[in-house]
Amino acid sequence: MSGGVQFPVRVIETEALSPTVKRLRLARRDGQALPPYSAGAHTVLTLDGGTRLIRNAYSLLGSTLSGGAAYEVAVLRSPQSRGGSAFIHDHLTVGTDLSLSAPINLFPLNRTARRHILVAGGIGITPIAAMASELAALGLPFELHYAMRDIASGAFAAELAAQHGDRLHLYVSERQERLSVRDILARQPLGTHLYVCGPERMIEGVMAHARIAGWPESALHAERFLAPEGGEPFALRLARSGISTVVAEHETLLEAIEAAGVDAPYLCRGGACGQCETRVLVADGDLLHADHYLTDSQKSCGQTIMTCVSRLRGRELVLDL
Amino acid sequence: MTLSFNAETFRDDYTFANSPEAIRAFPFPFERDDYTYTVNIEQHVPGPVQSATEFPIHIDEHYVAEMHDRAITLSQDPLRCQSLPHMMTAEWDLLELLMTSMATHYPETFTLTRDGDGWHWMNRPLGLDQHFTFGDASTLPHGPMEYVTRQCQGDFCLLDQRDDNLWMDAGMVTTQADWSLDFDLGMNFMEWHAPVPLAHDLGIFDRALKFLLNLQQGRPVRRLNWTMTVNPRLDTSPENYHRWGIDKASVTPANVGDKVHLRVELQALWRLPRSNAIVFSIRCYLIKMDELVTQKKWARRFHRVLASLPQPIADYKGLARFRDTTVAWLSRHDDGLPTSPGFAPD
Repeated sequence: MSGGVQFPVRVIETEALSPTVKRLRLARRDGQALPPYSAGAHTVLTLDGGTRLIRNAYSLLGSTLSGGAAYEVAVLRSPQSRGGSAFIHDHLTVGTDLSLSAPINLFPLNRTARRHILVAGGIGITPIAAMASELAALGLPFELHYAMRDIASGAFAAELAAQHGDRLHLYVSERQERLSVRDILARQPLGTHLYVCGPERMIEGVMAHARIAGWPESALHAERFLAPEGGEPFALRLARSGISTVVAEHETLLEAIEAAGVDAPYLCRGGACGQCETRVLVADGDLLHADHYLTDSQKSCGQTIMTCVSRLRGRELVLDL
Repeated sequence: MTLSFNAETFRDDYTFANSPEAIRAFPFPFERDDYTYTVNIEQHVPGPVQSATEFPIHIDEHYVAEMHDRAITLSQDPLRCQSLPHMMTAEWDLLELLMTSMATHYPETFTLTRDGDGWHWMNRPLGLDQHFTFGDASTLPHGPMEYVTRQCQGDFCLLDQRDDNLWMDAGMVTTQADWSLDFDLGMNFMEWHAPVPLAHDLGIFDRALKFLLNLQQGRPVRRLNWTMTVNPRLDTSPENYHRWGIDKASVTPANVGDKVHLRVELQALWRLPRSNAIVFSIRCYLIKMDELVTQKKWARRFHRVLASLPQPIADYKGLARFRDTTVAWLSRHDDGLPTSPGFAPD
């Protein structure tokens, strides 16, 4: 229950959008409708990975914004994956049962903006394309800039071109086409908001250009989703539950807590929302804070940790759980 | 269950009264015998049968009279209902939430039929029968928020979420405890709570905002708030203070039982799906002291709470002028016996 409302669903369609991107269409097993959602929202899929429970967050696609019969997500087979996305690619087929959380939006459109500039790199197109769909439906002004390595990996390019015409700008690095953020930003009117989703390096680059150009922080939005990374194993003690366990190399702190049978709070599982913030009682080692939620000073104080993405480099961590 | 509706007024001759059933359903807000300041947020899950929280949206015997009173207030001051241009999606979300809840839980009173975007709404007590296209405001006589909230008890504020804050960018507010939508429109969460004493220093609003920014679809929350009102007046607004403020000076030991009312707000918050906005509903319940003391436990407890209320809170709630008179009156109904745990009457 800690992750909020869960809907039991079944895979009703799969499609390889590219060699590395798989689209899933998921419908409720009881035949009821799924609620509508706002562009930028994600859902957390929970599935049985054989030896462990896999819980991964994915942006909801623009194709199912009004909810109803089904939701769609697109999953990139991630080379850095701890196994979740590979499992989805290799084992999820039509008929597989899993559950998904009610939509959560940590990357919403600012509805007071006069104009919206959408920038996506690679699989970062998933929330950005949903935003374009919503803005088009509302008749609001926007530009969509989509950078990809090669045409084959641009999973949504053809569909987006048909939908948005000359509001879509494609940049294929194989063809030596470069997204020039400076040029895009230079010709925008006051009141324009900028949204970026893609590799961390791209986000940093776009944001840096915008700040140099004098854009206010309140007009800059990035999907700060992190795929939690593994690390060295360490001992974990949950003081209130009286449980001792180990956080393995390819396991997150939150996953180890859940595997130990403790219902700990979470929402985004990507270091963004703050829901899993947990009090640290003892840290015999260094806390490796990887989230975007705590401030630098809070990270230095080490009184709390975000269990979904952060971990310990050291011997033992004791949490107030 | 078929609802029946009182013929009563909330102004001029003030004929408002609660039936014995409505008294027992009253959302009495005190769990302990002394006053404590808490945010007291809980999940908005179904409460006991025939209580104010049995259903997500509560319609009761005062429905028709309250909707009539709202129409009078709006005709005199249209600015009680306002919506900024970017809130239209949230307005439709609100219409869907209220219509589906009312039709589901009070099927003999309200009916909603949906065929794609073609909706058909029937409101029997108000005699309305409306076909409209969901998402097309031109097919309704008012904007979607105004249309549905002219037919639903309680005030409603639509809060836009951006810049890690909540912004009061739309609302229908005609039953308020001395605050103004026209004044607060466009303010953020910290700004509109600025006048509240003590709570800022306790960090209550920082924590509440953090909590609400992560409010999830399908997981609404609620809390109870309270104040006191002289005469059963729904429209205790700053705009009309010249009409009702003077009533505070009219309380005497002889008329406390009839004039002084405990005013409880059942406040609920829902995440809306299409807009990612939050709706903040503020449903006002009134009970006069004569009605309250029919429940012995509530009489004892309210006497003790009111006597222990810190002065800054009494001043903020606007009840300092008649508190002592009311405490003295209530003392006759407090025999000093212990009270049972929980909110419910014995």
